Amino acid sequence: MLTALIFTPVWITVRLLFNFCTMNLVFIRQAGTLLFICMILILLHGSRGEIPSKPIAATILPSVKPNDGVQTYAEDQKNNLPVFTMNYPRIQIPFEITLWVLLASFAKIGFHVYHKITIWVPESCLLISIGLIVGAIMHSVHEEPPAVLTSNVFFLYMLPLIVLESGYFMPTRPFFENIGTVFWFAVVGTLWNSIGIGISLFAICQIPAFGVQDINLQENLLFSAIISAVDPVAVLNVFEDVSVNEQLYIVVFGECLFNDAVTVVLYNMFSFVAEMPVVEPVDVFIGVARFFIVGLGGMAFGILFGFVAAFTTRFTSKVREIEPLFVFMYSYLAYLVAELFAISSIMAIITCALTMKYYVEENVSQRSCTTIRHVIKMLASISETLIFFFLGVVTITTDHEWNWGYILFTLLFAFVWRGLGILVLTQIINPFRTIPFNMKDQFGLAYGGLRGAVSFALAFTLPDTIGRKQLFVTATIAVILFTVFLQGISIRPLIEFINVRRTNRNLETINVEIHCRLMEHTMAGIEDLCGQWSRFYWKDKFMKFNNRILRKILIRDSRAESSIVALYKKLELQNAMEILDTASGDISAAPSIVSLSEEKKSSSKLQKKFLAADLRNIHDILSKNMYKIRERTVAYRGKHALPNDSQTREILIRRHATIRRSLRPRSCQSSNVPRTHKYFSLPAGKSLESRFDAARWHYTDDHETLSEVAYPSQRSRFGKPARSSSSKAMIPLHRLGTLEEVPSTDVLNEESSSTGEGVFRTNSSYSDSRVPRPRRLNSSFDDNNSSVDDLRNVHEEDGVEQVGQRQPSSPAPGWEAESRETTARNPLLRRPQWNPKKK
Amino acid sequence: MVSPVCSKQIGVLHKRFKQLSHNEETLRRDHFNEIDDLAFNPIRAQIIEAFFDRRNFHQNGEGKVQEIGFEEFVVVMSHFRPPSAHMTEEQRGKTRREKLRFLFNMHDTDNDGIITLEEYRHVVEELLSRSGTLEKETAKCIADAAMLEVASISVGHMEPDEFYEGITFEHFLKLLERFEIESRMIIRFLNMDTTTLCK
Repeated sequence: MLTALIFTPVWITVRLLFNFCTMNLVFIRQAGTLLFICMILILLHGSRGEIPSKPIAATILPSVKPNDGVQTYAEDQKNNLPVFTMNYPRIQIPFEITLWVLLASFAKIGFHVYHKITIWVPESCLLISIGLIVGAIMHSVHEEPPAVLTSNVFFLYMLPLIVLESGYFMPTRPFFENIGTVFWFAVVGTLWNSIGIGISLFAICQIPAFGVQDINLQENLLFSAIISAVDPVAVLNVFEDVSVNEQLYIVVFGECLFNDAVTVVLYNMFSFVAEMPVVEPVDVFIGVARFFIVGLGGMAFGILFGFVAAFTTRFTSKVREIEPLFVFMYSYLAYLVAELFAISSIMAIITCALTMKYYVEENVSQRSCTTIRHVIKMLASISETLIFFFLGVVTITTDHEWNWGYILFTLLFAFVWRGLGILVLTQIINPFRTIPFNMKDQFGLAYGGLRGAVSFALAFTLPDTIGRKQLFVTATIAVILFTVFLQGISIRPLIEFINVRRTNRNLETINVEIHCRLMEHTMAGIEDLCGQWSRFYWKDKFMKFNNRILRKILIRDSRAESSIVALYKKLELQNAMEILDTASGDISAAPSIVSLSEEKKSSSKLQKKFLAADLRNIHDILSKNMYKIRERTVAYRGKHALPNDSQTREILIRRHATIRRSLRPRSCQSSNVPRTHKYFSLPAGKSLESRFDAARWHYTDDHETLSEVAYPSQRSRFGKPARSSSSKAMIPLHRLGTLEEVPSTDVLNEESSSTGEGVFRTNSSYSDSRVPRPRRLNSSFDDNNSSVDDLRNVHEEDGVEQVGQRQPSSPAPGWEAESRETTARNPLLRRPQWNPKKK
Repeated sequence: MVSPVCSKQIGVLHKRFKQLSHNEETLRRDHFNEIDDLAFNPIRAQIIEAFFDRRNFHQNGEGKVQEIGFEEFVVVMSHFRPPSAHMTEEQRGKTRREKLRFLFNMHDTDNDGIITLEEYRHVVEELLSRSGTLEKETAKCIADAAMLEVASISVGHMEPDEFYEGITFEHFLKLLERFEIESRMIIRFLNMDTTTLCK
């Protein structure tokens, strides 16, 4: 009905156009122009007329389409064959969904044009604002958004995407370290809030002055369950930016994840109860029992499907193309099956993602892994964007039932009970925590309780049988807008003002990694000594079980790997990826169908070429560990940002710079070597300083000036826009224009031309990796390669001491001498020649 | 002075001590070696040595001892107590320093105040010794790379003829400046105050 109404104007245009086209060919040009105008019109109407959801959603919608329009009209014009036809209704729904998604995505791009906006105003605020504007436009032309966001669409298509993302990207280690507190706040905290707010509101309803006496206790509880779901995306972003301590971060993160599950259970329970005329005490008991069955049952299903997924990916090495699919299908299956048995599907999908992630990421190829991550991020981002956007639109366009008393008290209670809950619950949990939460942390927890997408969707999908549905929707929107705008914007200054305990971002240096492990072993050892079992003991036991049984079953190539080695290899591999990166844009952008097939080919060729089995194994290990370790150590992440690996890059760069520096003094003991040669390729770029404290970079200035003098061409190269989407500070290793590849003699090039795809190795004496890469070689490849060589030299020379014994053959860079030697040893490692005179 | 919880914990520890030492007054290395759970710990040797190291007894001593009494046992254990909630910044810093010193002493086996490359390599080798798939070579390389990292962090800019001989305690502090040892080197059930108890 509604849709038909909206589309009348569009239709007129289409008919007109159709008329023109079929009647006369002369009009074709005009029709082209008209088509353009028509498209804009459609877009305008389309974007007003339809609220998109996930594409699949469209299929289940009762589609009201003037479907016969074209056909009947065409019959009228039977005489001649239509030259140009349009059948808009056929594509209407997917078309409009696409436009909506695009519009929302454009909005997201827009926010980042001036990035300072998103620092001070959370993205959700901006999205809601855009939604408000669109809503206002729609309102002014008296359009109404059709109710596409139904309960089914939300629960079957949008919610799983959001939750899958959270579950998959959950920082595992901190989560398990704080699992008790997370569940405490998520379960008890949510119950506390729902019951507290519900009962207080019920008390308010008894006051005749507000005129809401018809709302009974069950409905109040239902409503309070809805607004108990915290969704602090904005807060997490802020926390991440100011790098608050890990404990606070993970508790907010975990709470938001699991209280969705609790809220949905409560929602279902209360909406069932709300329709019952009388509630018996035994119903309450059954409700509690059901609560546990629902939660634990969901977990069981999740673990089951997680393991099945991991087991499946064990056998996908031949069908790399569809690997990512298994992750999505199994987790969605877990969700649907849980829905089928009416147990917590959110719980199921979270545990499924958590369980499978570790094993799947080891089984699948690196590219599939990247794909999985990207797609999960993308889907969740779309889903959430649309909900926020829709929230803005609905705020303007629906009829509200505004009741000052009820809404203001809702706001007040939501705020008070949250604060009170945190205060009380923290006092209870603190004695059990290794690091108790102090008052500042508690403030952060309490103030970070923003309401968001889930609350809104739950409210909006309330059954119509609830008498005061409109009031509930209005109140929910009010709470969301209040918390998202007021608290969301003010939390950053407040957190900075009260100076919440900060933590270091996990600086992935080898030393820290070593000491992390050392500490874990020490703690386990001391606990053994004391004869007491706690976290480290259980962790130890689980790791043993994992290594002995689980990994053997679930992982194709199951060899335990120490995290230190993994980190080290990762740094090495990242160096390799850097090359890939500069050659073909973002790492993550590189893989495609083409590269997938290329990989297969190249790997078979490589196996023929390098028969040494250990090399192959190392390559396998390398490609797998690349992600594993990053997963383990990256604790912070934006809700909608992929894990950031720029820091490791920088460390790598730094490290190579270091090696160079420490090498050179000894390899060039004769002091007549020009000093500038020490700074062969610099991690230059002042933006690095912004990420690291000045103390570490006090020599950067030195670098800068030196390189300015020595390499005037450097500046211009810096002008290149950084192509990484993930980081501001990532500086690609730009070549300084001092190295020239010598194509004719370069074995590497011969290699690549003979095999058809580039083959190169990150080399160090023990970690040889061969990563197929595109043939396009960027100049910076030289640079990277040489830095790896550098490292390799260190190792081959058995540490740093002996390096000094080698003297450069000429005053011109000691570098060349080294490289020659390297090249002689391994033809694959030949580096381009050093040619300082050039440029 | 000592809360009941603490003395209770001391009691638990004492029981354990007696159990380990087979009801003797002192603990020797072979007592430690008998602990089954510890057998698979890659850095078992370091942990055990730490208990026989005079430097960890808060008495400015040096060198090794052959056997320790309960007091020493508890004093070494006390390195692992969590910082109490109401400590001043200064005390916190001191605790941190003590914990790091303990770690440093574990590395610095010859007690010359410097962790040399050999010592560091040894640590890394031990740490990786249980992972099976690795050769010693790998561990060595990692230690080397780590050492270079230390050099870059602590010395920063090195002069051409400079040689980085090893990690001093100051460098060690700087190196792990952002490593939250206060929250890692903690055993929860041991929060007793041994200094007041064992003096």
